[in-house]
Amino acid sequence: MTEQQPAVALEGIVKRFGAVTAVHAMDISIEEGAFVTLLGPSGCGKTTTLRMIAGLLSPSQGDIRIKGRSVTATPIHKRNLGLVFQNYALFPHKTIFDNVAFGLKYRDVGRREITDRVQKALDLVQLPGVGDRHPAQLSGGQQQRIALARAIVIEPDVLLLDEPLSALDANLREDMRVELKRIQEQLGITTIFVTHDQSEALAMSDKVVVMRSGHVEQVGAPEDVYVNPASAFVARFLGNANLIPATVKGRDGDHVIAEVAGVGSVPVPALRAAKLQPGDAAALVVRAERLQLVEQPGDVPEGMIARKATVTAVDYQGQAARYFIDFCGHSIQALNPIGTAPLRAGARVTAVLDSNHCVLVPPEKHP
Amino acid sequence: MDGRASAMRPWLLLSPALATVTLLLVVPVMFILVYSFWLRTATGADTSGFHLDNWIEVLTDPFYRDILFKTLRIALVTTLFCIVLGYVPAYFIAMSRTGNKTLLLLLLILPFWISYIIRTMSWINILGASGGLNSLLLTLGIISEPMRLLYNEGSVILGLVHFLLPFMVLNVYVSLEAIDRNLLDAARSLGASDLQAFREVTLPLSMPGLAAGALLCFVLSAGTYITPVVLGGPRDAMFANLVFDAIITQLDWPLGSALSIVLLVVLGSVVLVYNRLVGVGQIAKSFG
Repeated sequence: MTEQQPAVALEGIVKRFGAVTAVHAMDISIEEGAFVTLLGPSGCGKTTTLRMIAGLLSPSQGDIRIKGRSVTATPIHKRNLGLVFQNYALFPHKTIFDNVAFGLKYRDVGRREITDRVQKALDLVQLPGVGDRHPAQLSGGQQQRIALARAIVIEPDVLLLDEPLSALDANLREDMRVELKRIQEQLGITTIFVTHDQSEALAMSDKVVVMRSGHVEQVGAPEDVYVNPASAFVARFLGNANLIPATVKGRDGDHVIAEVAGVGSVPVPALRAAKLQPGDAAALVVRAERLQLVEQPGDVPEGMIARKATVTAVDYQGQAARYFIDFCGHSIQALNPIGTAPLRAGARVTAVLDSNHCVLVPPEKHP
Repeated sequence: MDGRASAMRPWLLLSPALATVTLLLVVPVMFILVYSFWLRTATGADTSGFHLDNWIEVLTDPFYRDILFKTLRIALVTTLFCIVLGYVPAYFIAMSRTGNKTLLLLLLILPFWISYIIRTMSWINILGASGGLNSLLLTLGIISEPMRLLYNEGSVILGLVHFLLPFMVLNVYVSLEAIDRNLLDAARSLGASDLQAFREVTLPLSMPGLAAGALLCFVLSAGTYITPVVLGGPRDAMFANLVFDAIITQLDWPLGSALSIVLLVVLGSVVLVYNRLVGVGQIAKSFG
């Protein structure tokens, strides 16, 4: 097996701003052609990390490698990266053609080839024929396509996207999401995408890096981080999760038994009980959509946990409803599709839970 | 009826502004225009009527033409100095951190709290025969007798640059400040060096501010009469000095009025040309 250089490697990257550490010892390795998302709330260090890769900030410590060579000391204009900003950052005084051609001027490219490549890039983002317009004459979505064309026309080693969809309105954002992914796959370009929007991260990425206050919380495929969160933070940040305090009681084959007040013993697959030892305090992660509310307690299938619950409030969402329920003394939520009519507040129901879909994580720290 | 009323509405809303402009600007200029066709007789009394004598004198006498051209030349040189000397501090302030920015802008405005005349006269203490610079050079033995630094065209331009530089700095600063920093990062990421990014992005995007500053500097220096009086010699009179002499010294209001109208028309044309090329809206921004 030949050893392949990762397209981008961060080795022990630290960034301090005065007394504040924005990024703590970060190690990431990104394979060629991958779409990797840095996901986290604002202030988690995701943009700082992206700016360090871009060369807009220099790390206080550590090394950044692109295709094997260290670029930590390389100035931004020699890194050959494509950068796309949230606010598009098109040059307002230049035509669309000149915007897209900008990066080619600093590369050894003949005039005819510039025209060809700009045309190809405009075709790729499905905006041929806007070359002689100015950015102000285009809509937000169109401007972001042009910004993308400008970044990819130079055939960068890595494409860096800093919340590129956040400035667009909701419908357009979803279109652009599909579009961006299509272009990325078509070009096979290594892409690092920064966002605070979990649905963007889950929909687009090959790999998600969940960050929190300068630390990496979890790295994995979208399904991996969603189904199998490594921490209470990741569970909460992605999707709609209930965290119920629990204690690890012991092991039973490939299951870890968690004791939950009012509910009793809950056997969780050992694979989903991340390094917890018997006696440890833990949090049981129950996805809201995995908790099913039934009005008639029929036969509960083998291995399911069924307990009485009361609906306290209803958040009607059209195709589904989010129910706030009292579940054995725990206030939690259940997200269920609506059958004939949504349940009413005050309804007495049975909550059915498949413990194989539960996850045990270390409890949340309350500083 | 309703249609007429609503058509009148904008004019009604504008009326306070229109009345002010008319009363304080249009009416006085009209008076001056009318005056310029009067005639001053040997007795010292003005004769009203429609006489073209002043206009024929002003438009045909090469004395006035030469001083007009000299005035425009001094204004142009002053403006060029302001462009070169003003851009650097404006750039420096715009790139400073927010806290420092306020302080630097305050320092820039500070001289306006001192009368323009006093600021201009301060150069006498620096450049005069027994002023700071000559004393220093004499003490150091570099020169044996004081240099004549004052009362020439050079000292007039120096005084004008000193007076007008803050206008240029403020205008350029405002347009630099409005430039999205991401544009520079984008240019850099695409392969432009710092200098190339400046030339391709910062400079063209700061042009409106530079142009607005240049217009202000040009118009204000072409219309000045205090600086040549304080820092210029007898032969350094500028066009506004002619107006001053005609009206205050010779009490020849009709001639002074004709000269005023000439300056107004010349500078007005400069503003019109500028407006065609750039638009005057930019100037308002630096005072906003």
